[in-house]
Amino acid sequence: MLARRIIPCLDCDLGVPGGRVVKGIEFKQIRYAGIPWELAGRYYEDGADEIVFLDITASHERRETMTGVIKKTSESVFVPLAVGGGIKSVEEAREVFNAGADKITLNTSALKRPELISEISDRYGNQAVVLAIDAKRRYGREEGREIIETPEGPCWFECSFYGGREFTGIDAIAWAKDAVSRGAGEILLTSMDRDGTYDGFDIPLTDAVAKRVRIPVIASGGCASPDHMLEVFQKTEASAALAASIFHFGEWNIRDVKAYLKERGVNVRV
Amino acid sequence: MIAIVNYGMGNLFSIYNALDRIGGDPKIVTDPEGLAGADGIVVPGVGAFGSCMDQLTRFEGSLLRAFQEGVPMLGICIGMQVLFEGSEESPGAKGLGWIKGNVVRLPDGVMIPQMGWNSLSIKRPVEMLEGISNGDMFYFVHSYYGRPVDRSVVVATTDHGVEVTAAIAKDNLFATQFHPEKSGAKGLKILENFVRCLHC
Repeated sequence: MLARRIIPCLDCDLGVPGGRVVKGIEFKQIRYAGIPWELAGRYYEDGADEIVFLDITASHERRETMTGVIKKTSESVFVPLAVGGGIKSVEEAREVFNAGADKITLNTSALKRPELISEISDRYGNQAVVLAIDAKRRYGREEGREIIETPEGPCWFECSFYGGREFTGIDAIAWAKDAVSRGAGEILLTSMDRDGTYDGFDIPLTDAVAKRVRIPVIASGGCASPDHMLEVFQKTEASAALAASIFHFGEWNIRDVKAYLKERGVNVRV
Repeated sequence: MIAIVNYGMGNLFSIYNALDRIGGDPKIVTDPEGLAGADGIVVPGVGAFGSCMDQLTRFEGSLLRAFQEGVPMLGICIGMQVLFEGSEESPGAKGLGWIKGNVVRLPDGVMIPQMGWNSLSIKRPVEMLEGISNGDMFYFVHSYYGRPVDRSVVVATTDHGVEVTAAIAKDNLFATQFHPEKSGAKGLKILENFVRCLHC
């Protein structure tokens, strides 16, 4: 049986030589966490199942810095690497794959031009394309939306793009299903309501998407403790849990988190 | 020198870096002539069976010669599947056929592709699996798997709805459906075993 994965996420500011890992709160306030390839190396040694790099600067001139980071990381990190942020074409995806990435993640560019998903998956396979969705709760029973019941009331989920700065009006659950039919191999699902809050994953959101798609879903946003990971694995079919801050700032070590989960019956790689 | 066969399918960085890391002296080889004199050969692979075979055809003679001469060989993922006679993925495309049997699709009802870490069940202890225990996890990404006629070549399996062939061994040939170069320390251990086999 496939193990549940623990994935540290490195949000990278590539505006400085070599880049640096930062962490925002609710997509805004920024805190400095370390050098990307060094942190990646530490997480690998600690037992990360995969590592995600997101370029939060995402402008074209930064891509060379990102490919440099991936090249350097792949010399000493031997688990899958996923890279995202500003990839808008097969050509740009190719640069990242050639630097050693196993997967690319798409968000804004796929929302603006959904064909990009199939263009990249036709060439590199579905497993290489992760669709990242930043979803925000919109309370009420709006017509034509996939309504999900939550303890806080019924809501639908709206996709955001441009790093949470703009909203699309697109239903996140409908978009997830559409993206699967276009060849996305995995969904990185971030709750904007929970991101940076330390309140735990958005369980209704994760459950809803994981039940509706037959591809792995990575739960993201709000994780502050191994308990939150335990909760998302017990209550939803999420294949993986992603976290940043709790690993970056030394609160938890990946090895300890996995031991905690294993003791409580979660199938993880230790 | 370990030749990594570059037949134009996907990036070879990971396997190159992993072999380099453990002192395996890897070299990416783009022409069949480059295989001459290799102490070991790695056949990697991503993509579809048919297009892999299209690209691999020009290496077929050199690979067979090396196999018959006893050069240690390691197939990874599609690089394992191409050893079989054919695949449901690409009907009509002929595999190398060194292992009798076919490559079939994972059953309906399981997540396809199988993507993630799954545990090994060791069927037969071989040198290539030294240091690996039952239950150790490896990274898989695939939708098809090889089903050899002669079950004795299967040295490890994994469970994904069905018993999936995870590793096979035949003479100087070893192949894995999982990616040792993406499987952390345990994966590197298998590559170390391969490097050690070159000199025994």
